[in-house]
Amino acid sequence: MGVGIEVSNLNAWYGANHTLQDISLRIPPNQATALIGPSGCGKSTFVRCLNRMHETNPIARVTGSVRIGDLDIYKDAKPVEIRRRVGMVFQRPNPFPTMSIYDNVASGLKLNGFRNRRALDEIVEKSLRNSALWDEVKDDLRKKSGASLSGGQQQRLCIARALAVDPEVILMDEPASALDPVSTSKIEDLIFELKTHYTIVIVTHNMQQAARVAEKTGFFLNGRLVEFDSTHKIFTNPSDKRTEDYITGRFG
Amino acid sequence: MATANNNTRYLLRDLTDKLASTLAVLATLLVIAPLVAIFVYLIYKGASSVNLAFFTQIPAPVGEAGGGMGNAIAGSLLILLMGSCIGVPIGISGGIFLAEFGRGTKIANAIRFTADVLNGVPSIVMGIAVYSLVVKPQGHFSAFAGGVALGIMMVPTIMRTTEEMLLMVPNAIREAALGLGLPNWRSVLSITLKTASPGIITGCMLAFARVAGETAPLIFTAFGNSFWNWHPNEPTAALPLQIYVFAISPYDDWHRLAWAGALVLIVLIVLAVSLVRYVTSRGVMKGAS
Repeated sequence: MGVGIEVSNLNAWYGANHTLQDISLRIPPNQATALIGPSGCGKSTFVRCLNRMHETNPIARVTGSVRIGDLDIYKDAKPVEIRRRVGMVFQRPNPFPTMSIYDNVASGLKLNGFRNRRALDEIVEKSLRNSALWDEVKDDLRKKSGASLSGGQQQRLCIARALAVDPEVILMDEPASALDPVSTSKIEDLIFELKTHYTIVIVTHNMQQAARVAEKTGFFLNGRLVEFDSTHKIFTNPSDKRTEDYITGRFG
Repeated sequence: MATANNNTRYLLRDLTDKLASTLAVLATLLVIAPLVAIFVYLIYKGASSVNLAFFTQIPAPVGEAGGGMGNAIAGSLLILLMGSCIGVPIGISGGIFLAEFGRGTKIANAIRFTADVLNGVPSIVMGIAVYSLVVKPQGHFSAFAGGVALGIMMVPTIMRTTEEMLLMVPNAIREAALGLGLPNWRSVLSITLKTASPGIITGCMLAFARVAGETAPLIFTAFGNSFWNWHPNEPTAALPLQIYVFAISPYDDWHRLAWAGALVLIVLIVLAVSLVRYVTSRGVMKGAS
């Protein structure tokens, strides 16, 4: 089941560059929350702070607090534990090229020492079904490399790989921006399915996409959260002038 | 007028293209030619002396017909096995440190610099160094000392290729692994290293092929032996050493054996490299890049 996320006074830096400034918001459980804004506004950095990926860059720094469920991720836990609870799907599909489709999905569990083969088989099938890829790959699970699939299939494979470790939250950093329209709509359908079980945070450049999939939307600009509200309100009646300018295409 | 102008331009471009392609082909031929020439000459000079006895017998005394280099082939295998057991793990571990853990640190830069210098050290110097490090304290020459010398010579090549191959693995793959909640060490060993393994194996093979033909570092270490020896702690014959001894001798019989030895050495290296390539490529998935 998904859990809510509560962010307060989050600040992030890359070297001297203050990329996120005083971000506070509440992301509701079992809904999709979209983050929009022009390139370089900090939305990617923001999601990377939610699973402590930001700090894998040696010059990066974070202050403030992020609570996922009842866990303060910067105080109570190690990055490794948090990343198992908060899965991530990246902008470009990045399956492990040397692994079969099966091993890609199983990798998170297998490499953490999970050895029960029958359970693993079930989890792999379930994850691939939940990412709507099962029917396309069930005959080549162990025969084909993850890299042999098409871009859209690879991205769904990456989603299956994230689902297999049974996270509570799934972060998606522009998951469809490298995909064609058909693959994009498959990913969007998937997001609808997934939010019954998981909390989803999706960064997108595509405002129609945000409007289609998300209950809530946040607008980032120059490292600040300008406005965070229900998607309907953001797109029909935003309270901030800058949000209105952005969604009507006056800049960005 | 404009079309005529375009036409000449097109012809010129076409000509440049053909010229560049021809030059590239010529350069390739120039590189391959010496290799082919050496191989053909070796077959011409040595093939007639390669027979079963060559692989099963020890060198015959001067004046006696027949004899072979069986003990030298065995000795080379023994020395190379020990050398690889030393050079491959150290080289790969060093490369992993340089690429994954020590990136940008002073110690990594120092190690990288040392490796590059080590790569340029003449092989005879390596032989003398191992002589004073291993042979002197032990009090006798040995196959083991030869293995140490060759192992050390393998390290820099393997370390630098491992580093470069690991750096070529896209960061997205590392992030994917970390994003699944894998600890960094696990991600390095099971994901990054595995992705880079074809290149790393090539690096190991290059290092292996290079030291397999080394003579100088073995003179002061493995020393040579006219008889069979499988004991790592005894002086041991090696193919390059034996070739050297026979080639500078004044006897025609021995000269023929030296040619045959050189031919066998090259063929064995090609076989070993192909075998490793075959074995390691069998696990690769369909469509893996």
